[in-house]
Amino acid sequence: MTSEHKHPTNPVVSQSRVDETPDGRIPVGKTIPDEQPMLSVQNLKKIYHTDAGDMEAIRNVTFDLPKGQLACLVGPSGSGKTTLLKCIAGLMEPTAGEVTLHGQQVTGPPKSMAVVFQEYGRSLFPWLRVAENVELPLKNQGMDKSKRHHLVEEALDAVGLSHVPKSYPWQLSGGMQQRVAIARAVAYQPEVLLMDEPFAAVDAQTRADLEDLVRGVWQKLGVSILFVTHDIDESVYLGERVIILSSSPTIVQEDVLVDLPDERDQLETRSSQRFSELRHHVYEQIQLAKKGFRPEDAVAHS
Amino acid sequence: MKYIRSALHIVALPLILLFIWFISTLGEPNFFIPTPQQLVETFINTWTADRFLGDVFPSLGRLIVGIALSIVVGIVGGLLIGSFRWLRALLEPTLEFFRAIPPTVLIPVLMLLVGVGDDMKVSVIVLGAVWPILLNTIEGVRSMDEVLADTSRTYGMNRVNTVRYLILPSAMPQIMAGIRQSLSIALILMVISEMFASTEGLGFAIVQFQRSFAIPEMWSGIALLGFIGVLMSFIFQLAERWILGWYHGLREIEQSA
Ligand SMILES: Nc1ncnc2c1ncn2[C@@H]1O[C@H](COP(=O)(O)OP(=O)(O)O)[C@@H](O)[C@H]1O
Ligand SMILES: [Mg+2]
Repeated sequence: MTSEHKHPTNPVVSQSRVDETPDGRIPVGKTIPDEQPMLSVQNLKKIYHTDAGDMEAIRNVTFDLPKGQLACLVGPSGSGKTTLLKCIAGLMEPTAGEVTLHGQQVTGPPKSMAVVFQEYGRSLFPWLRVAENVELPLKNQGMDKSKRHHLVEEALDAVGLSHVPKSYPWQLSGGMQQRVAIARAVAYQPEVLLMDEPFAAVDAQTRADLEDLVRGVWQKLGVSILFVTHDIDESVYLGERVIILSSSPTIVQEDVLVDLPDERDQLETRSSQRFSELRHHVYEQIQLAKKGFRPEDAVAHS
Repeated sequence: MKYIRSALHIVALPLILLFIWFISTLGEPNFFIPTPQQLVETFINTWTADRFLGDVFPSLGRLIVGIALSIVVGIVGGLLIGSFRWLRALLEPTLEFFRAIPPTVLIPVLMLLVGVGDDMKVSVIVLGAVWPILLNTIEGVRSMDEVLADTSRTYGMNRVNTVRYLILPSAMPQIMAGIRQSLSIALILMVISEMFASTEGLGFAIVQFQRSFAIPEMWSGIALLGFIGVLMSFIFQLAERWILGWYHGLREIEQSA
C-alpha cells in the first residue's frame, strides 16, 4: 500500500541516552548531536511558592530544539507544560536551570520568539480588528507601513482569513480566532514559535484543518516550532519528534523520533501502520508516567 | 416602526408626569408650584441670551473644565497607581481618606487657599468628580487579563504601546463607568460651588430667585439644570458607544452564547 509497510517492525527510535552527565546519570531528552541546537533547556526546575506551600511544577527538564524542527511536547494535564513554555518564552523565571537561545540565556521574552496561547479568546485584542491585531507587533517594531501591510496580508492569506480583516476577533468562530493568533505569529516572522495547546478548545474538524495549517506554515517558513499538547494523536501526527513529559514532579519521560513521511495527510497518515505504532508507544509511555514509572529511577536501578 | 416605538418609550413617562402635573395644578393656584404653562412662559422670559452669556455659559465652562481635569487626572493617576504595586500600597489608605471627605466641606478652605474665583469652583468639581474615575481606572488596570498581558510581553511591546494598545483600552469599560458617575457629581458640585461668595452662574441665579421668592423662575432654573443633565448623559452615551463599541459587541455575543 504505502511506504510505511517497509518497516513494520522497526522499534520506536528514542533520542535519549546519548551521553552521560558528570554526575553519572544519563540524561533523558538530548537531541541528535551534530545538529546545531537553537533553543536549549538545561536542567530546568520550577517551584511555585504559594500561600498553601511550595509546589514543584517541574523537577528537571533538559532538551534541545534544533533549528527548523517541529517538536511536540506531550504530557498529562497538570504536568507543567504551560509552566515550561512560559519559562522558555521568558515570561517566567525558572527556579533553577536555564533556557538559552543561540547560546544566549533567556531572561525576558526574546525578540525572535512568538507564542500562541490556548486561550485564543483572551490572547487577541478585542478592541482591535483582525488585521490590526496581526499588525500591532510589527507596528511596535517600527516597521514601515507598506511592508507591514504586505506582511499582514500575506499572513492572513496563509491562514485563509484574507476575507475578514475588518472583523473583530470576537465576531469569528473559535477556530478562526486561533487562525488570527497564528497569522499574527507568522507575520512576526519568529525563529521559534511556541504553541500551548492551541487547538484544545476547538471542534474536531476545525482542529484537523488547523493541524495541517501549522504543518503548512512550518514547511513554508522553516521556523522551529515547539507544540505543546495533551493529545497523543495530535503530537504524533504533527511532530518530527515527540517529547513526553512525566506527570508531576515533571521530568522528560521519553524523547521519540517520529519517522513518518514529511507529507502528512489526516486520513492516510493516521491510518498507517507506523502511525499507530508510534501512537501506541507514546500512549504506553504516558500510561507509565501516570502510574509513576520514571526513567531516571529505572536507569538508577539498572 | 421600531424607531417610533422606542421614541414612544422615551417620551411616555415624561408625558405622564407632565399630565399629572397639569391635572394637579388645575385647582387653586399654589404660590410654590407653578402650572406647566406658567413655567414654560417663565422659562422663555427668564433664560434670555443675556442670562445665558452671564450665568449659564460661565457655569458650563467651569463644568466642562472640571470634568476634563477630573478625567485627565483620574486616568493618568489611575494608570500609575494601578501599574505599580508599591505606589498602590503607599497611596491607597490616603486616597480612601480623602475620598471620604465630602468636597463641599472643603469649600471654605479652598476659598482661603485659592480665592473665590473660577479656580475654587473648578477645584471643588475636580475634588468630587475625580474619585470614581481614579478608583475605577485603578481597578481596571488591576483586572488586566493575564493572557493578554503575556501576549503583549512576548511581542516585545514597548511602554508607550503597552499603555496605548493594552492597558488603556483594557481598562476603558471601567473608566467609562467611572466617568458616568463623575458627570452627575460634577453637575451637583457646579451648582453648590456657586452658592458661596459668588456673583454669577446657574447655581447663583437659582439661589437668587429662591431668596427673592421668584418661585417660577427658580423652578425654571431647576428645569434648566435637568436639561443640562439630560444633554450630558446623551453626549456621554454617544461617546461611550463610539469608544466602547467593541465592548458592547463582545458582551452581546457572550450573553447570547
Ligand atoms: N501561578 C501558579 N501558582 C501556583 N501553582 C501553579 C501556577 N501555575 C500552575 N501551577 C501548578 O503547577 C502545575 C502545572 O501547571 P501547568 O503548567 O499549567 O500544567 P499543564 O499546562 O501541563 O496543564 C499544576 O499543578 C498547577 O496547579
Ligand atoms: Mg496548560
